Amino acid sequence: MSDNMNVTKTDRASNIPQTGRTQNTPRQALVPAVDIAESESGITLFADMPGVSKERLTIKVEGDNLMIEGHAQIDVPENIELLHSEVRSPYFRRSFTLSRDLDPAKIEATLRNGVLQMHIPKSEEARPKRIEVKVG
Amino acid sequence: MFSTFPAAGSLFPELTRLQQQLEEFFQPAGVAGIRSLAWGAFPAVNVGSTTDSVEVIAFAPGIDPNEIEITVDRGLLSLSGERRGDPQGQQGANTYAQERFTGKFRRVISLPEDADPAKVEAKFRDGVLHVTLAKRESSKPRQISVS
Repeated sequence: MSDNMNVTKTDRASNIPQTGRTQNTPRQALVPAVDIAESESGITLFADMPGVSKERLTIKVEGDNLMIEGHAQIDVPENIELLHSEVRSPYFRRSFTLSRDLDPAKIEATLRNGVLQMHIPKSEEARPKRIEVKVG
Repeated sequence: MFSTFPAAGSLFPELTRLQQQLEEFFQPAGVAGIRSLAWGAFPAVNVGSTTDSVEVIAFAPGIDPNEIEITVDRGLLSLSGERRGDPQGQQGANTYAQERFTGKFRRVISLPEDADPAKVEAKFRDGVLHVTLAKRESSKPRQISVS
């Protein structure tokens, strides 16, 4: 398994406000809602991450731990006064533990309209096999 | 948009928020909890105002922007539409988690009185719907010069 794989490249050099954050200083983040389904080929995961663009999404695999992290960008005027708020943090973060049957090197991820779709294929050995019975 | 100051509003959203904050506090960061973002109505809505406009932000991921119906009627902004389930998710033999909202939704937001229903703009990007309503000219702060 790979140690640290970025499926989507993160552009940290752009003008995204980064407050010197490292992995050891977690900041308040929302847990995105997910749908997870297993098929014969692997696991499909959908995560709601509204406002997160491709550049602000990070997918990391460390050992058997899969972490998705995103920073939503919402353009509002600077002098805005909040009247009602249901979403209090623009950060999304969620971690999952991957089964050994999965192959994290072949994760495919797409982001569309704020929904992250990931397909984590099963390793060849873990896929169900059909064994033909020969009549002797 | 995401200020740390408490929002002016009724008590119950604040209590819900307090509950959520407590849950976040007792839950290690990044670890999936029982509750996720889908704890409230869909789509989640933030409303803010500036001196010139009223801004409504609806967090509606996975929705075709052409299928959102936005209406303003007598001071009420209404957002409605439908979020369909993902076909690939249904084909899966086993479903492990199904937290995301599916189905029809409708949210009605009471607008501040000074919002002008004739000047509405709506933008959609990355699953976030941003509706901007201009404020009426008469309600904007004016400086009166002394003659």
